Amino acid sequence: MSASGPRMQPSLFELSKPGRRSDKVPHPPSDALDRLPAEHRRERPPALPEVNEPDAVRHFVNLSQLNHAVDTGFYPLGSCTMKWNPKVNEWAARLPGFAQLHPMAPDAVAQGTLQLLWEVEQILIEVSGMDAVTLQPAAGAHGELTGILMIRAYHRSRGDMDRTDVLVPDSAHGTNPATATMAGLRTVSIKAAPDGGIDLDAFKAALGPTTAAVMITNPSTMGLFESRIGELLEAVHAVGALAYMDGANLNAILGRFKPGEAGFDVMHINTHKTFSTPHGGGGPGAGPVAVVEQLAPFLPAPRVLREPDGRFRLEAVGERPTSIGRMRSFVGSTGVLVRAYAYLRTHGGSGLAEITDDAVLAANYLKGRLAASGAYDIPFPGVCKHEFIASASSIKKRTGVRTLDIAKRLLDHGFHAPTVYFPLTVDEAMLIEPTETESIETLDAFADALIAIAQEADTDPDVVKTAPHTAPVRRLDEVGAARNPNLRWRPALGDWTPCPD
Amino acid sequence: MVPADLHYTKDHEWVRVDGDTATIGVTDFAAHQLGDVVFVDLPATGRTIEQFATFGVVESVKAVSDLYAPVSGEVVAVNGDLASQPELVNSDPFGKGWMIRVRVSDSAQVDGLLDAAAYEHLTAEA
Amino acid sequence: MAYGPHTPADRRRMLASLGMQSVDELFADIPPALRSTPLRLDPPESEQVLMGRLANLAGRNRVDLASFLGAGAYRHFSPPMVDHMLLRGEWYTAYTPYQPEVSQGTLQSIYEYESLIAELTGLDVVSASHYDGAAATAEAALMTCRATARDRVLVSRAVHPHYREVLTTYFHGAGLQVEDIPLVEDGPAAGTTDLAHLERALADADHPVAGVVLPQPSFYGLLEPMAEAARLAHAAGALFVAVIEPVSLAVLAPPGAYGADIAAGEGQSLGIPPQYGGPYLGILACTDALVRQIPGRLVGMTTDTDGKRAYVMTLQAREQHIRREKAASNICTNQTLLALAATVWLAALGPHGLRDVAALGAAKAAELEAALAAVGVARLHAGAYLNEYVVRVPNPVAVHRELLGNGVLAGLVLAEAVPDEPSVAEGLLVCATEVTTTDEISAFARQLQSALAVTAHPVGGAA
Repeated sequence: MSASGPRMQPSLFELSKPGRRSDKVPHPPSDALDRLPAEHRRERPPALPEVNEPDAVRHFVNLSQLNHAVDTGFYPLGSCTMKWNPKVNEWAARLPGFAQLHPMAPDAVAQGTLQLLWEVEQILIEVSGMDAVTLQPAAGAHGELTGILMIRAYHRSRGDMDRTDVLVPDSAHGTNPATATMAGLRTVSIKAAPDGGIDLDAFKAALGPTTAAVMITNPSTMGLFESRIGELLEAVHAVGALAYMDGANLNAILGRFKPGEAGFDVMHINTHKTFSTPHGGGGPGAGPVAVVEQLAPFLPAPRVLREPDGRFRLEAVGERPTSIGRMRSFVGSTGVLVRAYAYLRTHGGSGLAEITDDAVLAANYLKGRLAASGAYDIPFPGVCKHEFIASASSIKKRTGVRTLDIAKRLLDHGFHAPTVYFPLTVDEAMLIEPTETESIETLDAFADALIAIAQEADTDPDVVKTAPHTAPVRRLDEVGAARNPNLRWRPALGDWTPCPD
Repeated sequence: MVPADLHYTKDHEWVRVDGDTATIGVTDFAAHQLGDVVFVDLPATGRTIEQFATFGVVESVKAVSDLYAPVSGEVVAVNGDLASQPELVNSDPFGKGWMIRVRVSDSAQVDGLLDAAAYEHLTAEA
Repeated sequence: MAYGPHTPADRRRMLASLGMQSVDELFADIPPALRSTPLRLDPPESEQVLMGRLANLAGRNRVDLASFLGAGAYRHFSPPMVDHMLLRGEWYTAYTPYQPEVSQGTLQSIYEYESLIAELTGLDVVSASHYDGAAATAEAALMTCRATARDRVLVSRAVHPHYREVLTTYFHGAGLQVEDIPLVEDGPAAGTTDLAHLERALADADHPVAGVVLPQPSFYGLLEPMAEAARLAHAAGALFVAVIEPVSLAVLAPPGAYGADIAAGEGQSLGIPPQYGGPYLGILACTDALVRQIPGRLVGMTTDTDGKRAYVMTLQAREQHIRREKAASNICTNQTLLALAATVWLAALGPHGLRDVAALGAAKAAELEAALAAVGVARLHAGAYLNEYVVRVPNPVAVHRELLGNGVLAGLVLAEAVPDEPSVAEGLLVCATEVTTTDEISAFARQLQSALAVTAHPVGGAA
């Protein structure tokens, strides 16, 4: 087989031809840079590509067609909630009043955006069951760091200086332990119970006067609701520690479980997962953090405030000395939050609850189809939430075909692969998250493909092991890429032309 | 293939003691578990390392592992070939894939390590 | 549900396949005591009504002002082809290229971004993106600590105040030390980083310095003595971090040329709208020697099993999903779409266009300087600038407010933005770019003249 679809493209640098100019901006006066002192000047202009608009546009359009995306097909990437990205969101973010507003514009000329941000905060407060929200963090991991720094500040404000431990289940996202380290704390990894849930006894044994926080993903990274969470949270608070909830899986619990009501103290929300802001090929996201009242004094600065007269303003520099400080420049990824606002308003309370119902229904339906086929191991057979784990462990033992091979073969069927080899605690794991916006026909087609690949592993394992066969490229030499990194194009000398003026 | 003349840690390092000099590397088992090694981070000569403390890192594409010192001592040589040929750790872990040489500060430490039989037993269980 | 595909029959069929009557049964695993109260939110809103609401909110922002506000976020011309590309779903609805065989578009675009920024900065390794200039600067400072195994970083007070605040937040978290390097108070170098102070701080043998952080241009728009600062840092065994603005690198010496080990900065000026603070583009670049210390994703060129050129995420053992608590950073989701925006923008402008943008900004800024001088308002500092600087205005808060009422956004009131820098208390930080018009400059000068007349001779009693 050979690729029949879009072809790989030459580098932008190879399209360059010395002397091509685009005239996108006027020419400056010839003396424009005369006052620039010699010691600060660039000696040689940067060797950027010289391409015209048609060549550049074709280059990027052709490149785009090498991508699988939600707009082109099913994307059941577990833990990432690759749901539909509504087009009205993109329209909204591009309204000039939103897009062209300078981040340091005085409050008086930014009332529309400030009101929008304030309303997003109010909605997220209700959804999370918490008391206050910061919209500043730029992504989920950034929110984690924000939350853990607030917890650290809270303990220190009480003279409680010895709380250095963060308890994290071994099934957690790698961002959780990495966050603890960035916050100057120590990760204590707790093994999951055999049923995939938290091991209450192990947690209780590790909790004590040095515990700063526990970080819990609920539902867990195995797609299971942590039914012992109530007892765990009591134990956490009994030793004076606080509970952080990783909100990566919020899509499974909207309107069914409010972390703040249940006893969590802090959580982050991934707008690019739950609230449909696009993933952008890796980002941007936004990672708002919701906290209970006692942590509100430590929220990053500046907060958006509503004055008694109904006007909105940002906190002034230094206005709230208890704050952990800034987590980023300016107020936040407002353009992302405009999109989230559109989505939240579109759905309202009842619509958000329906999202969760349909997401969980889709995951259980798909899981049921795979379980009934017997093609894959289903390590946790009960009801799942918005995602579930299937494993190729038996297939591997029988045929030598691994989860990686199955993932690659799915690409030939026109599907993106699930998240593979995560969580680390399950052998040959595939974490499958269909989301609420995929039809029963798509779910069936995906199940059929997975089942067919499992059969193919028995009948023709080499086809699976050498997949993909119809993607723009075959499997890549990742070892060579890491041993001899080539991380930038190196233009040959003479490839650039000095500016004539 | 576990050479009989070496000593081992439970973390899969080997050590060959020759007078007061110890040569240290990782076992074939460890190299196999990691997969294709792409990078080895080793201490500079002159540094002192402590028994069972980390002295470096070995990376493959999808995994990373700390290196634990089988014995304490001063690093007197580092295998410079690994910078350009990290694959030697996979192809010849007990030979050209050696990592560091150490002037041993307490030769009695070796007695507490696993011998070949004990190490083979350990990896057979894994 | 607005975007849901299921008919009532579909839902019944899916439930029936699970032997269930109601979707509530799927939530039986939530203990009753933990089940939530209903969401007290407004009812769903149709797309038509929503669009009206959004247009109304957007209309309540004022973006029609003659604006001279920069201070880390800049208005620039963006050719329509840039947003045309960003609206393609193949780009913006994909995620991290975990399956490289069906993500070559994103991977190659990141590689091209890395290459473009490497060329602009004169450095070797460029991360796929960070959250913004402030976070990238904090990560750069953390890199210096890891690379040198030291825990003290010196940061110029000429670095953007938000970046310094973020750096402080990150450093306090990690238990590391950050110290200010003050500004020169007077003379020809007034407002730039005090190198004599830097030299003394570096000389403290008991407490060696990991990194020195200086901006180019500075927050105050001034050109800083980067080469000399880099030399001082290296002499003390410290690394040197340049906080850069990428458009300026068309004409200013690149960090690689003056010995910077790391460059960090805000990429918003490369075709990304100001949009009240983000999403922006954190640029982070370093020398080859620091490749194992740089946080964030890296894309490299490789081949597939047929020997065909292809691209892949590489050196991932630095990252959180593999190294967990020992990772270089916790960053996961980044700003890839903004890196694409920068890549397309740079391709659209080309090297000549980029230089024209930088030079036009300088020309407009000089025109502004002359126009303001003509109404008696002069620069606060004597040093060289590119397209941004501080002007001295008596009673700047009142003057700024007065101009705002007359359609002019007169830059940034430094007394409010950096209240701990008394030397600039009478300053307005103003900038010009290629989109600044002569009409806007005239309006600014005219309005400033009348505002100064009012504030100098208040009419109708006390202010």
